[in-house]
Amino acid sequence: MKKDILICGVGGQGTVLASKIIAASAMDEGSAVHSAETIGMAQRGGSVTSHVRIGEAYAPLIPQGAADMILAFEPAEAVRNLGYLKKDGIVIVNRVPVKPVTESLQDTGYDGTEMIAYLQKKCSCIVIDAEKICAPFGSSRYFNIAILGVAVGSGRLGISKETVLAELEKRVPSKYVETNKAAFYAGVEVGSGKTL
Amino acid sequence: MQEYVMGNGAIALGALAAGVNLVSGYPGTPSSEIVETISKYPHDGVHLEWSVNEKAAMEVAASAAYGGARTMVTMKQVGLNVAADPLMSLAYVGVKGGMVVVSADDPGPISSQTEQDTRRFADFARIPVFDPSSPEEAYEMIQDAFAYSEKYKTPVLFRPTTRVCHAYASIENPANNGPKAYDGFVKDSKKWVIFPRLSYMNHAMIEQRNVEIGKDFSTYKWNRVEGGNSRKAVITSGISYAYAKEYLKDHTDIKLIKLATAYPLPEDFLLQALEGVEELLCVEELSPYIEEQILKLAGKHALSIKVSGKLDGKVPASGENSSNLVADILSEFLGTEKLVRGYDGSDAPSLPMRPPVLCAGCPHRASFYAVKQAMKGKKAYFCGDIGCYTLGNAMPLDMVDTCLCMGAGITMAQGFHWIDGEGTCFGFVGDSTFFASGMTGVVNAVYNNADMILCVLDNSTTAMTGHQPHPGIGRNMMGQFVDKVDIAKVLEGIGVHKIITVNPLDLAASVAAVQECDKLPGVKTIIFKSPCIAISKPDGKCRISEQCINCKKCIREIGCPALITVDGNVTIDENLCTGCGLCSQICPVHAIGDDTQKGGAIS
Repeated sequence: MKKDILICGVGGQGTVLASKIIAASAMDEGSAVHSAETIGMAQRGGSVTSHVRIGEAYAPLIPQGAADMILAFEPAEAVRNLGYLKKDGIVIVNRVPVKPVTESLQDTGYDGTEMIAYLQKKCSCIVIDAEKICAPFGSSRYFNIAILGVAVGSGRLGISKETVLAELEKRVPSKYVETNKAAFYAGVEVGSGKTL
Repeated sequence: MQEYVMGNGAIALGALAAGVNLVSGYPGTPSSEIVETISKYPHDGVHLEWSVNEKAAMEVAASAAYGGARTMVTMKQVGLNVAADPLMSLAYVGVKGGMVVVSADDPGPISSQTEQDTRRFADFARIPVFDPSSPEEAYEMIQDAFAYSEKYKTPVLFRPTTRVCHAYASIENPANNGPKAYDGFVKDSKKWVIFPRLSYMNHAMIEQRNVEIGKDFSTYKWNRVEGGNSRKAVITSGISYAYAKEYLKDHTDIKLIKLATAYPLPEDFLLQALEGVEELLCVEELSPYIEEQILKLAGKHALSIKVSGKLDGKVPASGENSSNLVADILSEFLGTEKLVRGYDGSDAPSLPMRPPVLCAGCPHRASFYAVKQAMKGKKAYFCGDIGCYTLGNAMPLDMVDTCLCMGAGITMAQGFHWIDGEGTCFGFVGDSTFFASGMTGVVNAVYNNADMILCVLDNSTTAMTGHQPHPGIGRNMMGQFVDKVDIAKVLEGIGVHKIITVNPLDLAASVAAVQECDKLPGVKTIIFKSPCIAISKPDGKCRISEQCINCKKCIREIGCPALITVDGNVTIDENLCTGCGLCSQICPVHAIGDDTQKGGAIS
């Protein structure tokens, strides 16, 4: 399998765990994997990306125009990274914005809707709502697992549900496993419900 | 068995495979995970430490290597400046056991003050440098680095860059045979005590030896030529090799020269590689190091070759390379097709900027705000330092007037005092930075009778680099519980007479502390003590009541990421709020309460 998956969001949203689970799952299914993370200052509320390259690759970062899938935890971050998407690639994007402090100060009214409209016009995308999808679990912190579910459910990730669940169980503290699994299944349902 | 690890992890595993006996370092992005990885893998018999700074780390490793032990020192590129004093001398003295100094460069720069190039440092110190292009290569190359170090009895530099350090890859069956046996230190003052005579003799020896190492490197397996025998060729190193390869995989007729050891230059290898080459493009990051070496080589051997790269503007002078950038540069140089692009985003709506900010609930925000309030309307200088608290520069806090290097906040506050006796001079320093290079600055202030207020922002960790322990924590990397070095007692010992310890989340007490210090002459210290939110449990959540008049003072004053507006109304993002209660102490109508027992609840 050869797939490039870009995960983007804002520092603190849990993109790293999502990328680690995808990488580990792809390896469990026999693929060579390379990945790269944003570490350091940008983790403090800045734009962060994780690049997961499944199959043969030289550079750890995905070239522009090569990503099969973008998992965007935030609408503006999806637009910021759209250049990485292949022409026939897909974006799975959370419609709930993270407002930077600078926006709150100036009150420019950024709420993500303009970004979502742009994405829908521009490329193939699945728009999801972190707050809705995570409502039964009491915290949007489970969104990183839910969006993985959407990716798997969409059938475009190329990794089986079972493999991802097994990695999830290995990587999440035991007391949170059940909630995370429920979040994952909620995502799978959303992902498979959309036909593209 | 395969291990999926970060490049830094691969370096750690390689060191364990090489039988390393001692690993020391100081945290710094992008190098910090090397020491941390060692601690997570079996390492019985290996001494592992976060040293107090890079200079200490280098010296601890140096004497161990005098005794024949294999040692590794880790740091970021600016850390090498701190360790430069021992390194420059150590280069003359040499070692017995293999000693590898890992100095991680940060093109971009992404998390650093400078775009300095460790390869130049290697040249400056006259010691070899290894330049891995991937985690897999780093795992093997660091083992070679130990072997070369021992063979030539010299410390060697190993310089990965951010994209190698933070890339993940699989390492197949990493070996971990336990630490290597060593025979111990043999006293010989003619060898181990640096004196002018020894330096003179060794200088001559080193220059001769480096010619030998250059020859040896000419057959080193990671220096290699790929592709065809084209008239136009590309030379590259490190991560830029990976970027070049992404493009050249579809142009296998082009000669690609990969240089893994930029110093000492493997001349024989290069002369052979450059045979038949008329035009050479040098693709590298940071400085045009290879390019300059090739130009020298061409002059020395009267090669007729046109050399391009950073010096003639074909490769950008600053910033990091990328697959796309390198593809563009190569396609222009070779006259080949451009890379196919994806979506053109030129019609995208304008994107919100996301400069990094202090986390919601970060105690540093409260400390800065207290000082700002106390100094309102007064002339003051705010000298910042390196750490999360550099982010105190962001609006609306705007509380960092200067930031230069580790420990400089304390001493620079003194310089401002000597040119302007009217202003109040503040030096801000974090707890880890205080130990790393802050203490001498305080001694300087006391000795020279400066007027300043030192603000120690003590969050009980080294936060920015990933929460490493430090001397004030009471725990070290050998898993031992040790006596905490008490910052207040250190300051007392130095002779600071006014030391106030305050919880920054208590705004009134913090402002009062600053005002009290401002009235006194000499060196005064406020220790703002409250743990980093990433290592402590949240206190609860703040809540906004119906009393809120939507004046947005809370947002305007402190810029907490948890304070947002939704449909024009001030709202608290409960996913981010830690219940620190700072906003509740600012609200003019007491509309923000917290469900904790701390100050600021609705009265």
